[in-house]
Amino acid sequence: MKEELDTTHIMDPVQIIRKEFASQIISETVSNNEVYFSVKKDSVVEICNYIYSHLDGQLITMFATDQRKTDGYFTVKYVFSMEGIDKFIIIQIEIEAEKTQFRSITHKIPAANWYEREIQDMFGLVPKRHPDPRRLVMFEDWPEDQYPLRKDFDINSKPPRVEGTYDYKKVEGEGIYEIAVGPVHAGVIEPGHFRFSVAGEPIINLEIRHFYTHKGIEKQFENISIDKAVFLAERVSGDNSVAHAVAFCQAIEKIASVDIPKCAKYVRTVLLELERLYNHVSDIGGIATDVGFAVGSAHAGILKEKLMQLNEHVTGSRLLRGMVMIGGVRRDVKDISDLSTRLSLLEQEFRDLIDFLIETPSLVDRIETTGIIHNDIARALHVVGPTGRASGIDYDVRRNHPYAAYPQINFDVPVRNDEDVYARTVVRSDEVLQSFSIIQQALQLLESIADADMIVDVGDIPSGCALGYTEAPRGETIYWVMMGDGKIERCKLRDPSYCNWPAIEYAVLDNIVPDFPLINKSFSLSYSGNDM
Amino acid sequence: MSIDEEIEIMGQRLHSKIKNIFGRSLSIREVDAGSCNGCEVEVNALSNPIYDMERFGIHIVASPRHADMLLVTGPVSRNMELALLKTYNATPQPILVAAMGACACNGGIFGNTYASGGGVDKFVPVDVFIPGCPPRPQAVIFGIMLAIDKLEQKISKREVVV
Ligand code: SF4
Repeated sequence: MKEELDTTHIMDPVQIIRKEFASQIISETVSNNEVYFSVKKDSVVEICNYIYSHLDGQLITMFATDQRKTDGYFTVKYVFSMEGIDKFIIIQIEIEAEKTQFRSITHKIPAANWYEREIQDMFGLVPKRHPDPRRLVMFEDWPEDQYPLRKDFDINSKPPRVEGTYDYKKVEGEGIYEIAVGPVHAGVIEPGHFRFSVAGEPIINLEIRHFYTHKGIEKQFENISIDKAVFLAERVSGDNSVAHAVAFCQAIEKIASVDIPKCAKYVRTVLLELERLYNHVSDIGGIATDVGFAVGSAHAGILKEKLMQLNEHVTGSRLLRGMVMIGGVRRDVKDISDLSTRLSLLEQEFRDLIDFLIETPSLVDRIETTGIIHNDIARALHVVGPTGRASGIDYDVRRNHPYAAYPQINFDVPVRNDEDVYARTVVRSDEVLQSFSIIQQALQLLESIADADMIVDVGDIPSGCALGYTEAPRGETIYWVMMGDGKIERCKLRDPSYCNWPAIEYAVLDNIVPDFPLINKSFSLSYSGNDM
Repeated sequence: MSIDEEIEIMGQRLHSKIKNIFGRSLSIREVDAGSCNGCEVEVNALSNPIYDMERFGIHIVASPRHADMLLVTGPVSRNMELALLKTYNATPQPILVAAMGACACNGGIFGNTYASGGGVDKFVPVDVFIPGCPPRPQAVIFGIMLAIDKLEQKISKREVVV
């Protein structure tokens, strides 16, 4: 018995699952680094919990599909990223068309919370005993019996608004008052609703309500051509265009079993890092803005604008759009001769900026010990990106599940343990320096190949499904695409903000209300990407 | 022409128009009605020290009650429709409305679906449409300039004394 225990941690988790749950597994499919286990519906809580608590699997996304027409059932899939190996384990259950219930795993895996509520709204599949069964994506004025992601729901229909209520959590007690903010905010930011319960100055509870910008993107994917779909992916979260487009294209390329040309991989890497640069600089500048440090904010604003003008110089788009295509990229960046020199100059400017900020005590005072998100909470909610790494989570898709040119490039993944706004700022700043170095390396690799192809013809995309993933500036971005008859049957996308938003409810506790914008900025969250 | 020169020329034209009509800054309330945030990136860029639109008399205000103009982005998602209408109703007349970006103009890539409203003019009257995905900062300045011309028409029609 003891021997068996000793070997579990070095055994392949796939083998462990096969062995442990032999009687519950109905079938198994392996494709690339994805292992799909179809399991008995009633065993799903036990299996998922085992993967989560014994095999260190992180629930990175969860979604349903409507396969009633072809197979007569819905499925619910739980995607786990496995610690230390480049593998994804996908647990799936089938739900018969008439029995629209499945067991909730949220009490075991808190990260499942929103996914289950989303499935309830979009498919009408009810997670049994979910701790918070309120509406999430569709608001209270949406009719009961309409489920947008079911195949028989017409994307162009406009169901009438109905009467309904949404109950916010109530915090009661002497001297406690509520501050409701949004969806239209005072600044130029995206819409969302925040409800603070405050006692004096400290926040004792925050409830966020999102999905104001829900635009039906996943449904839209099923209704447009595959080429247009790349443009749609670029517009899920505008400032993370490249990360979304690349993740989507990688999923399609995986289904089509094509390997894109080397040069295209290098160019994609350059674009992905250019995106990180202007986003991170913007976020660091935002910290200066939100502590009222105008000089720092102005310097960061200039640098960001220079980076965006560089984006336009390289790609014709300030947001780097229109470059990524299925099968590769639209054009080379080699002919942009001054790219490397311009980047070196900008790198120096950035170093000066960050020294200036970090040496300003009035800024550092405000951000140290502010907005702490403890490692255990970050883990439980699967907090990703710089926010996760500032809370001690050593995870970066570029290293853990390498793609594009990252396997050939040297870079560090900065991790800190101080868990506060300061840590998130420093992690971003360290990542900026890494990005500069990654781009220079990718440009050198590009130089070493003469006149190579930038794109490969993917041909007709066969039926099948696959995951595509990138490390966006905000963190892990996931696409799961299912193709059938040359069309997109289902496209589940998961922006990093979807994982990180719930964590902010913890990060603000015991902080004062005026620090909320600062904490929010340090998380750097997308509403559009979250709301889909 | 460099970007700086472009901005400078247009900005000065805009500035004199604003000064003539308002004798103060033009106050704009931005409303994100379901954008992808790309348009917000560009609105924010207008505030950076390179464009610095405040020097041309464009001022972003925190409340619609202080606004002369609503700058609306996004296709108007179903969940933002009510908030947009409330914001519009809270803005003093005469209101200028600029629909910024392909989505705000006609729904853009998000179309007219169960969740996407297919453009701002389906919900509130729009004075200018600023195409682009997102429009470049220069285009936004140009659009605002066109909108101000409309205001002159609006005022003369209503015979409002300024
Ligand atoms: S117009 Fe383009 S950039 Fe602007 S919100 Fe729409 S999709 Fe985003």
